[in-house]
Amino acid sequence: MDVYEKQLEEEIPDFEEHIPEKHGAFDISATVSAVKIHGWKQVTGILAVAIVILGGLELVIRLFKVPEFVFPAPSATFKALVTSFPTNYTHFLITISELVSGYVVGASIGLILAAVLTQVPYLEKVITPYILLLICTPTLALVPLLMLKLGFNIWPRIIAVSLASGPMVMINSVTGFRRTDLAKIALAKSYGATTFQIFKMIRFPLALPMIIVGLLVGGIFGLITAVGSDMVGGKVGLGNKITYYSSLARMAHFFAIIIMVAIIGISIWLIFSRVGKKYASWQE
Amino acid sequence: MDEVIVVEKVSKVYASERGPVHAIDRFSMKVKEGDFVAIVGPSGCGKTTLLWGLTGLHPFNGGKAYILGEEVDKPRKDVGIIFQQANLLPWRNILQNVLFPIEIMKENIADYEERVKDLLDSVELTGFENHYPRELSGGMQQRVSIVRALSYDPKVLLMDEPFGALDAYTRDEMDTLLLGIWKKTKKTIAFVTHRIEEAVYLANKVYVMTPRPGTNSAVFDIDLPRPRPEGITMEQKYFEIVAEIKKRIVKDVEKQKEEGVYQSQAYSTVT
Repeated sequence: MDVYEKQLEEEIPDFEEHIPEKHGAFDISATVSAVKIHGWKQVTGILAVAIVILGGLELVIRLFKVPEFVFPAPSATFKALVTSFPTNYTHFLITISELVSGYVVGASIGLILAAVLTQVPYLEKVITPYILLLICTPTLALVPLLMLKLGFNIWPRIIAVSLASGPMVMINSVTGFRRTDLAKIALAKSYGATTFQIFKMIRFPLALPMIIVGLLVGGIFGLITAVGSDMVGGKVGLGNKITYYSSLARMAHFFAIIIMVAIIGISIWLIFSRVGKKYASWQE
Repeated sequence: MDEVIVVEKVSKVYASERGPVHAIDRFSMKVKEGDFVAIVGPSGCGKTTLLWGLTGLHPFNGGKAYILGEEVDKPRKDVGIIFQQANLLPWRNILQNVLFPIEIMKENIADYEERVKDLLDSVELTGFENHYPRELSGGMQQRVSIVRALSYDPKVLLMDEPFGALDAYTRDEMDTLLLGIWKKTKKTIAFVTHRIEEAVYLANKVYVMTPRPGTNSAVFDIDLPRPRPEGITMEQKYFEIVAEIKKRIVKDVEKQKEEGVYQSQAYSTVT
């Protein structure tokens, strides 16, 4: 009985199905699935709340004759949004392009790094502290330095956006790729699957819900950084307009820019909750 | 090819934190072509380990195992495995799930679609092709996993307590369904279970394993008519065979206890 022809396996394998943990460190999928709109009743309710708040605000501001530099009436903000749009939309496009190009670079690097690192546990352990460092350090703080090196153009901002969004995508994707479901991998292996097939057909789909969460969080962090680095220097971008209008106390225009930024943020959320619904709804 | 599965004195030892664990010790077995063999034994006797050894995913440490005349050292395309859990991929619909092996084997999917649809029909799952696993009951999921294992037309089926996770009624239904599939497809089946009643109802031959380390205790030829009639599980003869096997297992446990080598399976992770 003590003559073994082959090397002993390291530990007793778990033959039971391994149910992957559902939530990682930065999982906000709860908010993605919680905000679901069912039917007209709910839509009417949501609209009613908006009308009550905006209408009440308008009424109070008009009744007490609150000056614009203290708080603008919703109607004035809306007017400013429409009238200043021709001048502001170039800034809108600049901020969007900073966001999109920085995000595409950062998110791709983050995703690829996550996919590669999780295959090599040692590398993952070495690299992760640096990624955490990038997450915990606001990359906005680097923008003045980058501007000194690269000038007051959009390049420092693109770099800042990718530095802010990349690690977010990576850390969430790592959580996703770590969900190794041994029973499903054994299943694929029993059909003779290659390592790449296992990655493509088991690991990646299993990680996808967390990747989508990472892409969403990374997008929001990218937006914050894009607007923030607009504020640091130069003469373009929505963040720049925010500082400009607030320094002149033109609060209606100020809020008009805030609305534009909010629209970008909401679009990011909408895009990824759609993507999540399509590719990650199996998890619910 | 007469004997499809040949197991010659296989042993399997795991290295655990508490030292080596002898799961199987020189177990031997032979399964003829088209035969239905069940392997029973007390909890933790290494039945599952035996089956996993045969899949080639967790090879044995000692002895030899052959499937269709070739030594088992890696997963084979002529072997289908059915797990304890249905283990479907939740992001694929039922049709994509049953075609999963075909995709991995890089075969032309169109060639198999017809076959897979027939199989789904034979387990009464027509119309569920576009459903997702979470929409199906446990019994339906396990039926999908049977179709998945049959999709690429393997010659041998290895089943590891496939209905263990189901409730008693569904389990009985699945047993009958499996007999139907076996009769139709004429596969060679090795079926691991801890339910002696199930083993006697299904198999031609029942191998009994001793408590850990699992080794040969006895082999019972089940002398019940084929096809097994509906009410066979109510008959005297059926009960006698079941009782005989149960007695054998109790005796094995008693013997190990007397010798002081019996290991309680309360801490065990391997069944």
